[in-house]
Amino acid sequence: MRHLLSAADLDAEAAILVLDTAAELAAVTDRSVKKLPTLRGRTVVNLFFEDSTRTRISFEMAAKRLSADVINFAAKGSSVSKGESLKDTALTLEAMGADAVVIRHHASGAPHRLATAGWIAGAVVNAGDGTHEHPTQALLDAFTLRRHLRGGTGGLDGLRVTIVGDVLHSRVARSNVLLLATLGADVTLVAPPTLLPTGVHEWPCRVSYDIDEALPSSDAVMMLRVQAERMHDAYFPSAREYSRAYGLDRDRLGALPDHAIVMHPGPMNRGMEISAEVADSDRAVMVEQVTNGVSVRMAVLYLLLGGSTGEK
Amino acid sequence: MSHEATAPETVVLRGARPYGEDQVDIVVRDGVIAELAPPGTGSAAVVVDADGLVALPGLVDLHTHLREPGREDAETVETGSRAAALGGYTAVFAMANTLPVADTAGVVEQVWRLGQEAGLVDVFPVGAVTVGLGGTQLAELGAMAGSAARVRVFSDDGKCVHDAVLMRRALEYVKAFDGVIAQHAQEPRLTEDAQMNEGVLSGVLGLTGWPAVAEESVIARDVLLAHHVGSRLHVCHVSTAGSVDIIRWAKARGIEVTAEVTPHHLLLTEDLVRSYDPVYKVNPPLRTSADVEALWEGLADGTIDVVATDHAPHALEDKDCEWGAAAFGMLGLQTALSVVVQTMLLTGRLDWRGVADRMSVAPARIGRAHGHGAGVQRGATASIVLVDPEATWVVDPEGLASKSRNSPYRGMELPAQVRHVLRAGRITVRDGELAS
Ligand SMILES: [Zn+2]
Repeated sequence: MRHLLSAADLDAEAAILVLDTAAELAAVTDRSVKKLPTLRGRTVVNLFFEDSTRTRISFEMAAKRLSADVINFAAKGSSVSKGESLKDTALTLEAMGADAVVIRHHASGAPHRLATAGWIAGAVVNAGDGTHEHPTQALLDAFTLRRHLRGGTGGLDGLRVTIVGDVLHSRVARSNVLLLATLGADVTLVAPPTLLPTGVHEWPCRVSYDIDEALPSSDAVMMLRVQAERMHDAYFPSAREYSRAYGLDRDRLGALPDHAIVMHPGPMNRGMEISAEVADSDRAVMVEQVTNGVSVRMAVLYLLLGGSTGEK
Repeated sequence: MSHEATAPETVVLRGARPYGEDQVDIVVRDGVIAELAPPGTGSAAVVVDADGLVALPGLVDLHTHLREPGREDAETVETGSRAAALGGYTAVFAMANTLPVADTAGVVEQVWRLGQEAGLVDVFPVGAVTVGLGGTQLAELGAMAGSAARVRVFSDDGKCVHDAVLMRRALEYVKAFDGVIAQHAQEPRLTEDAQMNEGVLSGVLGLTGWPAVAEESVIARDVLLAHHVGSRLHVCHVSTAGSVDIIRWAKARGIEVTAEVTPHHLLLTEDLVRSYDPVYKVNPPLRTSADVEALWEGLADGTIDVVATDHAPHALEDKDCEWGAAAFGMLGLQTALSVVVQTMLLTGRLDWRGVADRMSVAPARIGRAHGHGAGVQRGATASIVLVDPEATWVVDPEGLASKSRNSPYRGMELPAQVRHVLRAGRITVRDGELAS
């Protein structure tokens, strides 16, 4: 693995290797040492063209726990906001000797471009691009699912995962459908037809317009953030109607099997896609998702950089 | 005009094959084809060895962006004329979306004059339909028609004349001077922030879709409007199977509609967008292989009248970036004939007469480009391109004459090479190089 641009870059074997590595790294950092020397002397740049404090901090913690040097290059308060191009920024990072660039960008495909245009030599990790993908989010979700529902090992064969919400604009949904299907899970997408992408019937998943039909046979339900402002583009008539038809409230929580967990990539819109009661219930694993995010990102950086010291 | 003064009196194109048929000597005298003589019999001071080369009427491009005035960093009338001549063209229509917009007699006369000064191809300016391409007020169409540039083709290309009333009026108004409205068919609301063809792939890549219906719904409306007011309509860069169906239906009903397809829509598909390389970003977007097949069929059966390049040069910084920030458009002038040979001729969908019709005769007729598309025959203006049908070449954007480098064919091997070009009897290209 040279870059991580899409969840589709990972076959089942590679995905399980990332999850197993994450589990090992989590165990080591939990047990004793907070920091491993693995990436000492390597430089990881967090290049964020879009605000996302939680993702940036997660990558930063992951890199620091592996003893890497971390440079945060944020769009706000740097040359990027003055309109410096992706290319010029990339050339600057290359001159700084970045071994890995973690990029968050509002344009779909920007990480792909960064990895293939010949501007930089280092590894590229997609930390969310436009409405395309967010592969490390999918990895942390898979890690969380595996830990709760598959004993923390192997793949996700036969696991029934329902993803509900604004699939059209969601990079989390795209990466999760690809990765969870690769790991053997049965994924169902639930959304109003306006919030499903053209061609979704060709994705490796089932599609439903009815959350109540899907919940009783779900081992996990993942709620996607839905912005109330989407109503202005006529994706749905009103926030209230959306919430009634697709929101996860206490009644719907009751329709889930007892072992099922509730996930959300954050940040949540309480009262929109998820009620406060459900968000705070003991079935919700959002806090754990955040913790697992650091472990999974450590594993990704470790696998991209760790084994290749002295290369090139 | 100066170029005619320097044209040699007599030129013989020895051993050429008009439309790929029997060899002849094409004898050109005073800018006109004087005779088609038996091979080896014509004599003159200037003899061009055209042994076995296919002779076609000089190509005519109904849709070119030359960027001057305003974006001379991307292309000028001069550099675009060079690319056109080397591509086998003797006339191009320059689209109006310059800075300032070609919406007055002054601007179209400037472009016309720059074309004459470059002296390689006739540059026919296209006039804007609406002031500043703003889509709200008719530009002074009559003044442009009556100017020295004699504008007959009007287009807001780059933007769609989406207001139905304005489109109706424009169609009606240009009848007074035998003009035609060339529509860039794109329903604006359905294509806000659109980045690529809408389909399975746009969903996977997370790029905002440009649905076929946004093109087809405008074409459907416009053919009905043209029928209603009895006007000529030309549809720019048809890109979908549905559009071909609608135009075929309209023609069957006797509606005066013509249509063009670009070389890139004949050869390339949306699959290239997987690379996120903006060299493949174009408007309308690359479509599916099913659309491409429908375009082949439409061009072969005459539903689509014309191949037009939509040559759209862009400065490096407008393409060397992420997909969403990149400009739409591709180079096309120097590769068009080769792409048509590859997709239409070598596959048997068109013969050389068909290629000549779609790339010279029909566009000259639609654009009222007098003296062009006259055919390789006695008495016709001697605007001729001589093509080596057996040669192949590998596209290197660095070697193209355009100021820009955004060719989607980089590294591709293409068939057929332009060897010599005559424009009104004067040699503009000799042995694949611009004649000095
Ligand atoms: Zn156009």
